[in-house]
Amino acid sequence: MQDTQSILTGSALPKMKKEKNKVWKRVIQNWELYLFIAPAFLYFLIFSYGPMYGIQIAFKNFIPTKGITGSPWVGFDHFVRFFDSYYFWDLLWNTLSISLYDLAIGFPIPIILALAFNEVKDGFFKRLVQTVTYAPHFISVVVMAGMIITFLSPSTGIVIHIIEWLGFDAPQFLTDPAWFKTMYVFSGVWQSAGWGTIIYLAALSGVDPQLHEAAIIDGASRFQRVRHINIPTIVPTMTILLILNMGSLLGVGFEKILLLQNPLNMGASDVISTFVYRAGLVDAQYSFSTAVGLFNSVVNAVLLITVNQVVRRTSENSLW
Amino acid sequence: MMISGVKETGRDKAFLIFNYIYVILALVIVAYPVIYMISASISDPKYVGSGEMWLWPKGFTLKGYQIVFENSKIWTGYANTIYYTLLGTAINLFVTMPAAYALSRKDFVGRNFFMAMFMVTMFFGGGLVPTYLLVKNLGMVNTVWSIVLPSAASIWNIIVARTFFQSSIPKELQDAAQIDGCTNMRLFIKIILPLSMPIIAVMALFYGVGNWNSYFSALIYLNDEAKYPLQMVLRQILVLQEMSAQGGGAMDAASAAALNNKAEVASLVKYAVIIVSTLPIIAVYPFLQRYFVQGVMIGSVKG
Repeated sequence: MQDTQSILTGSALPKMKKEKNKVWKRVIQNWELYLFIAPAFLYFLIFSYGPMYGIQIAFKNFIPTKGITGSPWVGFDHFVRFFDSYYFWDLLWNTLSISLYDLAIGFPIPIILALAFNEVKDGFFKRLVQTVTYAPHFISVVVMAGMIITFLSPSTGIVIHIIEWLGFDAPQFLTDPAWFKTMYVFSGVWQSAGWGTIIYLAALSGVDPQLHEAAIIDGASRFQRVRHINIPTIVPTMTILLILNMGSLLGVGFEKILLLQNPLNMGASDVISTFVYRAGLVDAQYSFSTAVGLFNSVVNAVLLITVNQVVRRTSENSLW
Repeated sequence: MMISGVKETGRDKAFLIFNYIYVILALVIVAYPVIYMISASISDPKYVGSGEMWLWPKGFTLKGYQIVFENSKIWTGYANTIYYTLLGTAINLFVTMPAAYALSRKDFVGRNFFMAMFMVTMFFGGGLVPTYLLVKNLGMVNTVWSIVLPSAASIWNIIVARTFFQSSIPKELQDAAQIDGCTNMRLFIKIILPLSMPIIAVMALFYGVGNWNSYFSALIYLNDEAKYPLQMVLRQILVLQEMSAQGGGAMDAASAAALNNKAEVASLVKYAVIIVSTLPIIAVYPFLQRYFVQGVMIGSVKG
């Protein structure tokens, strides 16, 4: 420390030295703040950056007895094997199509719902609707999967009964690959659309009432006021959420898919993350599945940065 | 939002009517499966399976609950979940609150470095297998630590808490305390924390619900069934049984009937177990809704 100090005194301007001293004074005065941040720092260092160090096994042939550092390097072999495999395009297609389907349905519904809630008069009914529609957010993914399986189970499920009562032939939702994505997306809408309105309602509560008053005086209808006042208000929120969603296009709701997977619907339900789980933790192909996982994370990061870049060019609502 | 004294035009009335229909439809779609499950859990499985019971209970029975409460696996799972949730949430708060406070202080040298280091983990991570290998190398597999430590903090929640400290704790308070010679530790424990009860409640709720509902870390790290949390027991009852029941082959009439009866009881148990496991959260939720909503809103101010 003394060395750097003396070097600085020798060459730097006196003002810089003073600044430097001030910073050090603040560091010493607030030393306890480093104690405060220590648990979180250690947590992220060990459990987030630790696994990042372990990513190197994607380029190695991991042998448990030799450890991460001792295993031999193989370069891009695992990646080549993955890209050349017959299931690569299936996995990529399933992952992307589930995500895009989910985005196309799951993104607009909370927005429409929030705009509609906002037009409901404050009172008991509004509180009831909000309490009820928020509630499924707290149902665990296991229970959610259990509900889907019971409701759609052939011959006894209530959804099957309703479809038959309406006079249609009920499809085999649970085992028909063609229905897997729809089942996944709409159960997700049921569970989280209500909760998703909160963030938009918060933005809508910030609308200046004078705007509405002025619009009424000008003879604007309710619909016109929603269209020209409320919607523009929530556009920044929409943009941010859209960017974040794009950044997780390859990170579909892995836990729910894993629970709903069965040998018969595998053709549509096998996504990159469930494949990583199976290859890595069930079949113990550590290096190969790490490579697949790394491919997934890199695509996610690139997508997020690209979308954010595009949004930054066209509007001022980007993430950074 | 409603401005009184202005007459609604016909167009506006039509709009409002459509709006109410839409909202009521949403309400019914969300509420129906929940009501159905509650009814199904106390109805004769015969009527449930055939579709005769479709809204209100029919053929009242508590057999499903009886079987659930007699099942020792469920009780063990419940006890484990309560233990993991309490310990896990305590650790979550211990990691999150002091860090969020430090990050909220503008005079904290290195604040941007720590923030950047934490934020990177939002967008990029090591992935499943390296994380698993790490936990294994730390010797935590099949212990409670594998459940509570890998999820000890969430960057989202740290940001929410930091935003709360920045916007709700006046800076003058800190200045005054420091002039009086109060250390940061005393300031945090004696002054900041008592003023932050709302955000502590929000954080405890967010983390608590997450811990209560999580199953995946138990799936990959625990191999001793006696340590399984409730969600893993539920997975066995709700998901795995159903899958095995689907692969039935040819059989004679008697065993088919026995199996059918067994399947009926199994479905009754499913509804009962869903209600029993979700009840603690659904029962307290309406009273705490305010806090949950607050949490989301604080987070949305600056994401």
